[in-house]
Amino acid sequence: MLLIDCPWCGPRDETEYHYGGQAHVPYPDDADGLSDAEWAEYVFYRDNPKGPFAERWVHSIGCRRWFNVLRDTASHQVLAVYRLDEPRPEGTR
Amino acid sequence: MTDAPLPEHPDFLWRNPEPKRSYDVIVVGGGGHGLATAHYLVKNHGITNVAVLEKGWLAGGNMARNTTIIRSNYLWDESAAIYEHALKLWERLPEELDYDFLFSQRGVLNLAHTLQDVREGVRRVNANRLNGVDAEWLEPEQVAEVCPIVNVSDRTRYPVLGATYQPRAGIAKHDHVAWALARSADAHGVDLIQGCEVTGFVRDGDRVVGVETSRGRILAGRVGLAAAGHSSVLAGLAGVRLPVQSHPLQALVSELHERIHPTVVMSNHVHVYVSQAHKGELVMGAGVDSYNGYGQRGSFHVIERQMAAAVELFPAFARAHVLRTWGGIVDVTPDASPIIGTTPVENLYVNCGWGTGGFKATPAAGWTFAHTIATGEPHPLNAPFALDRFTTGALIDEHGAAAVAH
Ligand SMILES: Cc1cc2nc3c(=O)[nH]c(=O)nc-3n(C[C@H](O)[C@H](O)[C@H](O)COP(=O)(O)OP(=O)(O)OC[C@H]3O[C@@H](n4cnc5c(N)ncnc54)[C@H](O)[C@@H]3O)c2cc1C
Ligand SMILES: [Zn+2]
Repeated sequence: MLLIDCPWCGPRDETEYHYGGQAHVPYPDDADGLSDAEWAEYVFYRDNPKGPFAERWVHSIGCRRWFNVLRDTASHQVLAVYRLDEPRPEGTR
Repeated sequence: MTDAPLPEHPDFLWRNPEPKRSYDVIVVGGGGHGLATAHYLVKNHGITNVAVLEKGWLAGGNMARNTTIIRSNYLWDESAAIYEHALKLWERLPEELDYDFLFSQRGVLNLAHTLQDVREGVRRVNANRLNGVDAEWLEPEQVAEVCPIVNVSDRTRYPVLGATYQPRAGIAKHDHVAWALARSADAHGVDLIQGCEVTGFVRDGDRVVGVETSRGRILAGRVGLAAAGHSSVLAGLAGVRLPVQSHPLQALVSELHERIHPTVVMSNHVHVYVSQAHKGELVMGAGVDSYNGYGQRGSFHVIERQMAAAVELFPAFARAHVLRTWGGIVDVTPDASPIIGTTPVENLYVNCGWGTGGFKATPAAGWTFAHTIATGEPHPLNAPFALDRFTTGALIDEHGAAAVAH
């Protein structure tokens, strides 16, 4: 089980959270002008790296706020926790 | 249920050759799907200049980690067609391969615990029958006749309100299936090369003409990927992006028991599935961990929940001990259906996205993938499972439809 450090509540067990998939996937700027392939990319295609991955979690049975976690998908190590309005930490790509 | 004794542990069933400089076809991934693909490349298409490249050891991935459930009671026409083709192939495969891997058609029950489950189940039975798949709706008393140890009392938290039943479904000894396929492919000249990781692709313009491996460069007329949980990592090396996410999926077994569990029981709602292996272990599985992961291990709370569900459904299991747990990495697509077909790169083909349910499909995955690689075109059975369905929108949405939550 993961131990995730909510920016507002501190470290809690994984079971208090829900997973929200890849972080930093903005809604397309030019939604009207998108081709089918570009829509497919936005709706269905996500990164799936073996290694550091920026993802969203919500503290669903705590403060109910969303935030981002940078986690290594191979080691399960949590590398950083940061707010939605913050950029992915430098030097982690 | 077959009462045959376990097959003898086999001696060496295949050679361990050095890779040649080039092959007509390279299949990447020596799991059940890769081996079945090699088998049908030989058998259906007469292509024998084939190598299967495996980074670890043959069938050391999900092939030897799954809970071995084989069934074809999927909701949508496209799925019913390919999984039923697989089930028909399973029925003749022991003879075809001359190897008794203990395919046991002991039936599968998919339990319903809510009114919505009942409606979904009845609908699926009707859909199955229209597709020529054997399926029945059972009332709780009938469930207890098929599997007397299931608690069908109405005093549990989620009472059993009925079940769908597929009598032809069952289990098989997965590692023996792999060895049987490997022996056959090897005997027909296919090179099975273990300890050989594909680390890159050799390109000639838009075409793939070979692979870079931990054992050097190997050229190939065509390359088929069958790498299960690592499919997106591998395809990424060729510049192909796949709509799959890799998740840990766990299973566990108890110590050995006398034969008490005659069938396979699956419950979507309380989410556990249980069968009894030939030796006597209770084999259990549940859903994937929610997050992406490649760690070959999962979260303890998933096991805790599935055990709670199992004990409520099967009170007799309350004192059984867990002997081992393990995890595999499964690649899940947005519509919970596989991708089998061509890629934007010429001569590169992909078979992936089987998620939690690809063991049952092993022979059909091999059959259709071999066809696609040999002819450059999909077989009618895998044409609907093309990569471009995520662009056209022609999804085959088995999420919550395939009698299992993913
Ligand atoms: C716990 C668990 C329970 C399951 N239960 C069931 C079930 O009851 N019924 C069912 O139908 N399905 C089940 N499945 C799913 C099923 O096991 C898979 O869908 C299926 O095995 C996938 O195909 P495969 O056998 O070829 O995969 P694998 O056996 O995983 O084969 C892929 C191979 O590719 C190799 N590989 C990866 N990258 C490279 C590389 N770069 N170079 C060389 N080789 C590489 C891997 O080492 C691996 O051996 C379960 C899976 C798990 C994990
Ligand atoms: Zn919080």
